Order: sequence, then structure tokens, then C-alpha cells
Amino acid sequence: MDRSFGSLLLLAPLLLPGTASGAGDTVRIDGSSTVYPITEAVAEEFQIEHRGTFRVTVGISGTGGGLRKFCRGDIDIADASRPIKASEREACAERGVTYIELPVALDALAVVVNPANDWVSCMTVEELRRIWEPAAQETVRRWNRAEPDWPDRPLRLFGPGTDSGTYDYFTAAVIGEEGASRGDFTASEDDNVLVQGVANDRGALGFFGFAYYVENRDRLKAVAIRNSETGECVEPSVENARSGRYEPLSRPLFLYVNPTALDRPAVAAFVEMFLDPGLITELVTEVGYVPLPERAYVLAREKLEARRTGTAFAGGAQVGISIEDLIAAETVD
Amino acid sequence: MSETGLPTTDGRRLIAAARRRDLLFAGIGLAVLFVATAVLLALVLDLVLTGAPHIDLDFLTSYPSRRASRAGILPAWVGSALVMLVTAALAIPFGIAAGLYLEEYAPRNRVTDVIEINITNLAGVPSIIYGLLALGVFVYGFRLGETILVAGMVLALLVLPVIVVATREALRSIPREVREAAFALGADKWQTVSMYLLPAARPGILTGIIVALARAIGETAPLVTIGALTFIAFLPPPPITAQPPFVSFEWLGSPFTVLPIQMFNWISRPQAAFHELAAAAGVVLLVMTLAMNGLAIYIRYRARRLLG
Repeated sequence: MDRSFGSLLLLAPLLLPGTASGAGDTVRIDGSSTVYPITEAVAEEFQIEHRGTFRVTVGISGTGGGLRKFCRGDIDIADASRPIKASEREACAERGVTYIELPVALDALAVVVNPANDWVSCMTVEELRRIWEPAAQETVRRWNRAEPDWPDRPLRLFGPGTDSGTYDYFTAAVIGEEGASRGDFTASEDDNVLVQGVANDRGALGFFGFAYYVENRDRLKAVAIRNSETGECVEPSVENARSGRYEPLSRPLFLYVNPTALDRPAVAAFVEMFLDPGLITELVTEVGYVPLPERAYVLAREKLEARRTGTAFAGGAQVGISIEDLIAAETVD
Repeated sequence: MSETGLPTTDGRRLIAAARRRDLLFAGIGLAVLFVATAVLLALVLDLVLTGAPHIDLDFLTSYPSRRASRAGILPAWVGSALVMLVTAALAIPFGIAAGLYLEEYAPRNRVTDVIEINITNLAGVPSIIYGLLALGVFVYGFRLGETILVAGMVLALLVLPVIVVATREALRSIPREVREAAFALGADKWQTVSMYLLPAARPGILTGIIVALARAIGETAPLVTIGALTFIAFLPPPPITAQPPFVSFEWLGSPFTVLPIQMFNWISRPQAAFHELAAAAGVVLLVMTLAMNGLAIYIRYRARRLLG
């Protein structure tokens, strides 16, 4: 390689003009990688509209990492795929950081099997529990051990890693205790790995975010979940999750907003855009998640304007509560 | 040996057996080499075939987007390049100086033994540990923030042992006579080091630097730990300005993202189009690494020619 060409390559980034000069007000966001695609979409629109005046940065430190930074006051908004935990609330309180809890979208958890699986199309939560509960470890290793009608085939399980909010929510909704499940399943932080696993194994069963099922419809078969109240089998879909019929496996995704930061025009403008019902519905759908009912965004805006701080989840994860009730619920700092 | 000087039958048989063993070993070696190269080639080929069609000027000059067709890697590759610049500026001088001291100046005692063992072991510490250290010391302790400077510092720490060890190996391989000859001609210690030892060790040191920087450019874990971003739609301030003094170091304090983080984010998306973009970003990362190595190899080649 010619030397001058080589050094030119190294120098190229230095010579590029930066668009950041005269830095404006920056909205700092960090947190869940599950919520990230939504935040990225809003940030992209925001940057187009406010180029030159406001700036946005988004990180993916995970829900826990994001809330840690949030409670230290390092960032303005935390993306969270689960409600804030008691230990995190204490950390926030210690520093005097308060937060406004805003549900912004739903993520339906899809329970999937191999397309060649012709014995299961609808499951009850009870059946799911018999398969996933801690007591099933080493015993429920064939389909007929969970339900006698099912064939005598090996049952292989795939699920997100125990650090993920998806796993936390699934265990809370199905087993009834957050973080309790059998340990002998194939766990991966990358849902694409789970898709591969289920697609290549006739006896497989797995669960992960709805968007990963949508992108792989031809390789996977979604299991409908029997609604415990109406008794009907409900397929995972945007409409079913939005109407609340796909229960209990659709979970809310949150923004935690620092009310002090809202005094800054950049942050206020950003959150305003995030809760614009028309825009957010379009963006959330585009990135593969389920938008809240429009009324919920209106309620969320009211909550924001009233600067109502605190969480509605002081008693731990809530399963099966409607989004409107959630936003209107009493909050505790 | 027979009287004619030719090997006996027994001797011939021994030689033939030894040849067969040689041949067998060479065969196995060749097969292993072939398998390793084939795997590597298949991986690179797959990456290039998937990614290359997506690489164009738009891809290199666009910011990330929710739409795969609009998404680009501008902040990622600029971030990677700037972080590597800081890493190289810190790790190379410190690494060479430390190696030089340990090999040429340090007395042989228990303290240097402990330092030596530690440096060798540091090369094997998982990179996330460095990230946690940097988060505690640089970000929170020194309040340097989540900036390009801190990223460069943590990667410099990460690859420092590699450069130290390479420097020492290179110095050790210089024949003792070179030092003695220099001293005999009246050179003092520093003259010996700067005029004879360092130039002679340069090829070995440069190889160490190549390995070190190639490792640094692919690191993700420590950078995520210290707070590297994923979405960032602006570039760091330019280091060269229109007003005097024409050089600005403001970019050191800028938030950033790097290519491996952007790739990691894209590969874990559900949409296949983003997986292809991740491959494209991978190709760009490979090209950057090769360009860096090309530069080092060229300098090494020149160094050898000068010495020869």
C-alpha cells in the first residue's frame, strides 16, 4: 500500500466536517435493547425535525443498566422493558431523582412450535406452566409428560436468557413468580438463535418477542393462548394484543422520564413527539411492536402534563391489567 | 555404515521409516492448515457476499435508521477510527516504553518478577473487566464521562500487555553482540537503545502493534460498559478548525458509537434486512483493520529494508 494513501485513510475521519459544532441541547436516553427500535425510530424523526437545534443519543445498556444511570441523574430518559424494581426505586430515592412512568407500546410474547408440530395449536396457561415450572426440570422431557394427549416425542425448550425482561415477564405471567422456571432449556440473549432452534427441531417449543415471530412466519408456528376469562383461543397478533384479548402474554414497554429534565426544551419536545398518538402508532407498528390503544397515549400525555411521578408497580409485576387502568393507577415514588 | 559408505539394509529401512513419518506429519499439518483456512475463507466469503452489495456511499455517509434501506454507519466508522487513534496514541508509546524498561533497564529482582507475571496474565483478562475498571476509575472516579477519550483509554489498557510482551520478545531476539559492539564503540545506554536496539526491534514491535490494534478495533464489551451509544445522529466536533489554533481536541470529549456495537445491534434485530447490513458493516470493519495492518506492514517492510 502506498504510504500517503494509508495515512490519508487514517486521517479521513479527522477531515470530515462535523455537524455537531455549536452543540445544542442533547436528550440522553439509555436502557433496554427491546425498547431500542422504538426509541431509535422516534429519535430519527426527531433529528430530522430538529436538526441543528436538538440532539438525541440512545444507548443499549439494558433495562437494569439504563435505570442505574437514570437514578444517578446521568440520563434524561430510561428505556425499560419491565417496571422499575424496588431496589432501583431506592437508588433513585437516595439521589432524590423522581420519575414519570409512561407505557409507550406493547410487546406480545409469542409461544412458538415447529411448523411440523401437528398436535398443538392452542395452549392454556396451565399447560405452559406444567412445561416451564421449576418442578418440570428433568421430568417433563417428552410432550406426553405434560399432557397425555400429546405424542411421546422429545420436548426441547428454547427461551430468552434469565437476564432479559422477556424472561422475567414470561415467568411472572405463566409460573406466577418472577424468575422461577426450569433451568434445562436452551437460553440465548439473541432471539434469532431461538428462532433457528425452534425452526430446526420438530419437538421444540419456545417463546420470544412478537416481532421475531412475524419475521419468521414461514419457519415457525405460533401457538394460540386460551384466554382464561372467555375461554377462546387467541392468536398472537397486533389487534389481539392491542385489544387486550391476548392475555396474559402481552407486556407493556416503558419510558421513565426525569421530570426535572422536562424543563429543558429538547427533552420536552422529544417526549411530546414520543406520545403523539398518530406518529407513535405508525412508528411502533413499523418496527414490529404493538401500539397502545390511542386513548392510552392521550392518558399518558395527561399524566406527563400533570407531572405525576412514581410507579404503579410498587407491588411487583402486574399481569392482565389494562393499559388505561395502568396509566390511571395510583403511583408510589 | 558399510565399507562403501552406503547405508546398510537396516539403515535404509530406518531412513525410509523416518521419511514416512515425516510425510505423514506433513500430510496431517497440511490437512489442518487446509481446514482452518477453508473455514476462515468460507466465513469471510459469506460475510462479503452478504454485505458487499449494501456498501455504497450512502451507507458510509448516513446515520442509523429504523428503515434498513436508509440506515448507514457514518457515526460508527468515524467513532471506530477516532477511538483507534486515541488507543494507538496511548498504547504504542506506553507499551514500547514499558517493554524497553523491563527488558533493558529493570534490575532482575522479585518486584520485576511480579510485574512480569502480572503483565503476562493481564493479556488473558476478559475485556469486560477492563470495561468495569474504566467505568469505576475513568468515568466515575476522574469524571471523564462517556467519551471517545475514555474509550481510547480502556482499549489502550486492554492491548497494552500485547505490545509490552511483543516489544520484549523483539528486544530479546537481538544478539548480545549488538549491544556489546555498541558499548565497545563508546555508546552510552540510551544511544545503544535508541540507535541500535529499537531500530532492530522495530519489525517485531510492529507485529505486536498490528495484533494489538486488530484486537482493539473489534472490542464491544468494554465500550458498552462505559456507555458507548447506539443511536447517535451527529459526528464529534472536527479536530481541525478554521480559526487559530486550527487544532481542536473537543472531539475527545464527544459521545460516540463504534462499528462492532452497530453490528451487534443490527444482528439481533428480527428483520433479515438488518442482518445483511450487519454483514456490510462487518466488511467495512475488515477493510479498516486491513488498512491499519497494511500501514504497519509497509512501515515494517521499510524498516527491514533500511536495516538490510
